[in-house]
Amino acid sequence: MVKILKKELLVPNIHFMILESDFIHLNAKAGEFVVVRADEFGERIPLNLVDWDERSASVVFMEVGTSTRKLGCLKTGETIADLAGPLGKPTEMVSDKKILVIGGCYGIGAIYPVIKAFKNNNNKIITAIEARSSFLLYWQEKLKEYSDEIFEITRDGTKGYAGHIDKFLNDYLSKYSVDMVYAQGCTYLTYLVSQTTKPFGIKTIVGLNPIMIDATGMCGVCRVIINGETKFACVDGPEFDGHTVDWQNLLTRRHIYITEERRSLSFYECEKYG
Amino acid sequence: MPEKIVPKKTPMREQPPKERIKNFNEVPYGYSPEEAIAEAKRCLQCKKAPCISGCPVEIDIPGFIKFIAEGDFKAAIKKLKEKNVLPAVCGRVCPQETQCEQVCTLAKKFEPVAIGRLERFAADYEAAQGEAPIPELPPPTGKKVAVIGSGPGGLTVAGDLNRFGHSVTIFEALHKPGGVLVYGIPEFRLPKAIVYREVDYLIRCGVKLVLNFIVGKTATIDQLLKEFDAVYIGTGAGLPWFMNIPGENLNGVYSANEYLTRSNLMKAYLFPEYDTPIVRGKRVAVVGGGNVAMDCARTALRLGADEVHIVYRRSKQEMPARAEEIHHAEEEGVIFDWLTLPIKYIGDENGWVKEMECIKMQLGEPDASGRRKPVPIEGSNYISAVDTVICAIGQGPNPLIPQTTPDLKAGKWGNIEVDKATMKTSKPRCWAGGDVVRGGATVILAMGDARIAARSMDEFLRTGIW
Repeated sequence: MVKILKKELLVPNIHFMILESDFIHLNAKAGEFVVVRADEFGERIPLNLVDWDERSASVVFMEVGTSTRKLGCLKTGETIADLAGPLGKPTEMVSDKKILVIGGCYGIGAIYPVIKAFKNNNNKIITAIEARSSFLLYWQEKLKEYSDEIFEITRDGTKGYAGHIDKFLNDYLSKYSVDMVYAQGCTYLTYLVSQTTKPFGIKTIVGLNPIMIDATGMCGVCRVIINGETKFACVDGPEFDGHTVDWQNLLTRRHIYITEERRSLSFYECEKYG
Repeated sequence: MPEKIVPKKTPMREQPPKERIKNFNEVPYGYSPEEAIAEAKRCLQCKKAPCISGCPVEIDIPGFIKFIAEGDFKAAIKKLKEKNVLPAVCGRVCPQETQCEQVCTLAKKFEPVAIGRLERFAADYEAAQGEAPIPELPPPTGKKVAVIGSGPGGLTVAGDLNRFGHSVTIFEALHKPGGVLVYGIPEFRLPKAIVYREVDYLIRCGVKLVLNFIVGKTATIDQLLKEFDAVYIGTGAGLPWFMNIPGENLNGVYSANEYLTRSNLMKAYLFPEYDTPIVRGKRVAVVGGGNVAMDCARTALRLGADEVHIVYRRSKQEMPARAEEIHHAEEEGVIFDWLTLPIKYIGDENGWVKEMECIKMQLGEPDASGRRKPVPIEGSNYISAVDTVICAIGQGPNPLIPQTTPDLKAGKWGNIEVDKATMKTSKPRCWAGGDVVRGGATVILAMGDARIAARSMDEFLRTGIW
């Protein structure tokens, strides 16, 4: 059993959780993830590691299906069944570069350790966070600490730049040059970012989030096609060059269990509230 | 004497095929005490006892069988446990027909003694009596050992070193102990309760178990070696192989590891009570001919498939699966497509597999493995409809530890290189064994390696000489 040291609702549907762990800090690096299981019946799900210290590891997650709904219902002081990590390859470090870092949804939390590491490696950081509306943005103050500049983007125009990430990117990259773009968020966001930066010829690293089970390279469900070659996101990634990803295949594979996921959620809701 | 010999094994009662394909309960029921005694009495107690050398962990087979024949089941299990910490597991999953039973003196003229069934009986009998008694342990040596992986090899090393008086901690990457015994082997062949019982026994004997700890990531081997005097790497064959043919990344195409992990470890057969889903295909093709392929095919039937095909590129004679597994699969209605090789998977407009293209094969000259090499028959291609494909063509050693331990020598296929006589790796104070050394092999071979390593590790821990 793993104790929840702190649980906080950041914005609707997006949660922050600090979990007790004596081990994870030993080797944790930016860009890695952990696997959690909410309870004995739970799935193993990968979540980005957003922070850590000698006694804890933190995650930010969005409530989508049963697994994240279960986690979302938990409170400070309660427990989850399992926590394992860190997993995946850490973000490849660079220095003396100007990097545009983009985060959407849970990705706003996921970019936190990455910009921290980039900043500590002497890079210039332009941070851009995007959401449907202003009330879904969070952690601006935390991110500002490691950003040279920060942009807020809302699709409904309630705060900052009005429009979607592709519009912002097109605008920004037409005016300013950057050495690299880095993005974390849903598959659609990372896809859109990769598509938009491609004509500019800017190296674009994206964090992918395919379905996983063991997350140690054993099951192969997380396979993604990179430059025509099959890779396992859990051990070869989860970060890849966005211009080499077979997005169609990734989007299709994300939906393998869509029917089961709906069934699982309605079963869970019935059991809990029915 | 010979006229008294019962030529055939005492049959073991089983769930009828028509019923068992609707549930995940264990197929064979095991012997009753009377049946066990009758079978044990078939053993000639021959002086040569070739069965002992046929067993990778050298169980005193005539010894434990004699106690069963006398009705002293407690003595039988004690004898077994001198050499084998997992008798209930081995009695169920060992390929006895190619090991102990193959060389049984009786087998020259008749059916061999059902050694595996008797081993299972003794272990189950003990379990039915309540908690197994803890053996007396020597005084602690003060030496600390880390065992990486809680599969059959890791559990064996842990059991042996614990008995030698060393302090043992097992590190397991997953959230349940047992390795392949819990994620790979289905409930109907090896009930998980049996594995947990054996692990629990080791814990009661003083072995420590740390779950959710991924050596190579959570902590490296070098970090462990600062705290432990020796390390045993038993991380198994956790790297699924694919054939690299078109369409392998379509939805509905599984690796055997994924399919079995979902069903066994994550209990997807109980979805939605358990949260992990699995595709319940109606027309399933399992590619491969080993025990893993049989497990996948039989799982698919139980998940509600109308038709399950085993697609294997050689003929029945060359199939590596145990005869008993093939027999069980046949009884349950699995269809065998011998001499058939898939060459392409075809998807529908939503990215789901809907058909597979296969080519028929014929057998040519024997290859390096000694088996006749399958050769494609030109123009014999055909297409069959499938909605699920499970790729069970084998797996390689798990790469996590070799990747993060630069001074650990690994071969071309990622297998850790060891000295076979001691199971020592190229890295001081590190031993390795089982599938991470051999590639995908069997439970009992991993246990055999573990036994060799445990002796070598004990010697090192006592003398300090590497």
